[in-house]
Amino acid sequence: MMSSLSRRVLLYTALIAGALVAVFPLLWMLSASFMATGEASTYPPHLIPRAPTIAHYRDLFTRLNLGRALFNSALIALVVTALSVLINSMAGYALAKLRFRHRARVYRSLGIGLILPAQVAMLPLFLLMKELHLVNSYWGVIIPGLASIFGILLTYQYALAIPDDLLDAARVDGASELQLYRLVVLPVIAPILATLAIWTFLATWNDFMWPLIILSDDRKYTLPVAIANLVGEHVQDAELMMAGSVVTVLPVMLVFLFLQRYYIRGITAGAVK
Amino acid sequence: MAARPPLTRRTDYDRERTVEYEVVRLEPASAQSRAAWIFLAPALGLIAIFFLVPVAASLVLSLTDFDIYAVASLHNARFVGLGNYVRLFHDPIFWKALGNTFYFALVGGPLTVAVSLGAALLLDAKMVRWKGFFRTIYFAPFVTTLVAVAIVWKYLYHPQYGLLNWALAKVGVHPIDWLGDPHWAMPAIIVMAVWKNFGYNMLIFVAALQSVPEELYEAAELDGAGPVARFWHITLPMLGPALAFVGVVTMIGYFQLFAEPYVMTAGGPLRATTSVVLYMYEEGFRWWRMGFAASIAFVLFVIIAGATLVQRRFGAGAGEHA
Repeated sequence: MMSSLSRRVLLYTALIAGALVAVFPLLWMLSASFMATGEASTYPPHLIPRAPTIAHYRDLFTRLNLGRALFNSALIALVVTALSVLINSMAGYALAKLRFRHRARVYRSLGIGLILPAQVAMLPLFLLMKELHLVNSYWGVIIPGLASIFGILLTYQYALAIPDDLLDAARVDGASELQLYRLVVLPVIAPILATLAIWTFLATWNDFMWPLIILSDDRKYTLPVAIANLVGEHVQDAELMMAGSVVTVLPVMLVFLFLQRYYIRGITAGAVK
Repeated sequence: MAARPPLTRRTDYDRERTVEYEVVRLEPASAQSRAAWIFLAPALGLIAIFFLVPVAASLVLSLTDFDIYAVASLHNARFVGLGNYVRLFHDPIFWKALGNTFYFALVGGPLTVAVSLGAALLLDAKMVRWKGFFRTIYFAPFVTTLVAVAIVWKYLYHPQYGLLNWALAKVGVHPIDWLGDPHWAMPAIIVMAVWKNFGYNMLIFVAALQSVPEELYEAAELDGAGPVARFWHITLPMLGPALAFVGVVTMIGYFQLFAEPYVMTAGGPLRATTSVVLYMYEEGFRWWRMGFAASIAFVLFVIIAGATLVQRRFGAGAGEHA
């Protein structure tokens, strides 16, 4: 039998080794982004920049116009988040708490819709966007992200717990259904909406395949598309590419670090389903 | 409106009262029904127009020879029956892509689950302090932007200057051309995917481990079961349903492999990392052979629908145990 002390040492060794593996690529990305050109491609490698420089960041935001992609990503992610939280929460609440015909059928159809992978829709969706003249536009990225079955079901599950008495009391007082939603339901489901908002923001920010397909003009590119494009031309400039990766990852990291309580609730809620 | 019981004969007074009662009850219900459809309309309309109809159209598209000329004018598309599927099943690149995708999902999926479980067990140990800190660190890779970290790993895997080969050299391993060698490219992408994704499943396992009753471990310890025996005979069976759920969900995600090979290898070397979705993208959006690409999309659909049915079967079992 191992002594308690040696077990503790072993446990912490494993934990710390795991933590190093988890953060090392991210720390190296940050460190290399401040290295002078060519310093990340030396042998033996430098882990810390000898003479830290912000030259690559300056390059990205002036010559390579990555600020534009940052703006596009922020704009698209914020618009999708704001609109989709409204759209999905209304649907989820209606499905959970309002009485109407075919309610069970709508719920079942959504469950079936969950099976379908998004990529299967992409070819016809592109042709549809072309007919609507939305190819290479912000709306072309935004519109398909607005309604999500995941978002509807997440709100649905949470809204089920709203007591019917609370709603009926407001109805007796003469509240319309819209007032009811705005004044009674929204405050109650606010926590899950925070979760949904963060998930939507991060998923939209990180999304790659659809923006890559629908955007063809580098002034419209989101950050992931812009840096994937950049690595094709600047594959030798490791330090520049690391700076571009930092610009892409840092905003979502900050959102996560400050709001992780809400974010993690989405996982446990999703797993219960 | 739901069926109501038939009215029985009553006195006039009674009937009046019944009518009044119904008015009060039915008015809000129909208002509710109207409100419900108004609340649902934006979401269901968007899902129908921008998701369900395109999915169905994809099947139709796969039966045509839709190509770059048809992109210019729809009249240039012709119905070709199952021609695309016949071509697909004679296409060595497709079989290669299918094999690669299954390799990624069937090796990468279980590996990710195993690492997730290991991390969750470490975090669950009673003597560990700063659990929140370690949990945040372990989860961080999952939150990052896939394209950005794929670029970072591309440099970590560099055969000459990459930090991985440098570290391996310290223990006497000769340099490996991770992304340039057809045998190593897919394992390299799998390692990166495990690093990126294990944190998500880890959180699910941490929650599941907390629901294992403490008494079971105490009883087993009294019976003289060591840590390994406790893991095999208590932890693993208790986690069974969560394991199956997480395993299949992870594999479903992995069948959709795209950004990693797009950024790190462009599907090479020698097509060793071309996935089904990457091949669909290339055929559909690089060469505009959209009819042919739609038949690839349909194969993806069949794979994922199949995997989901397997998961639902496990899921039903999980419901019984929970």
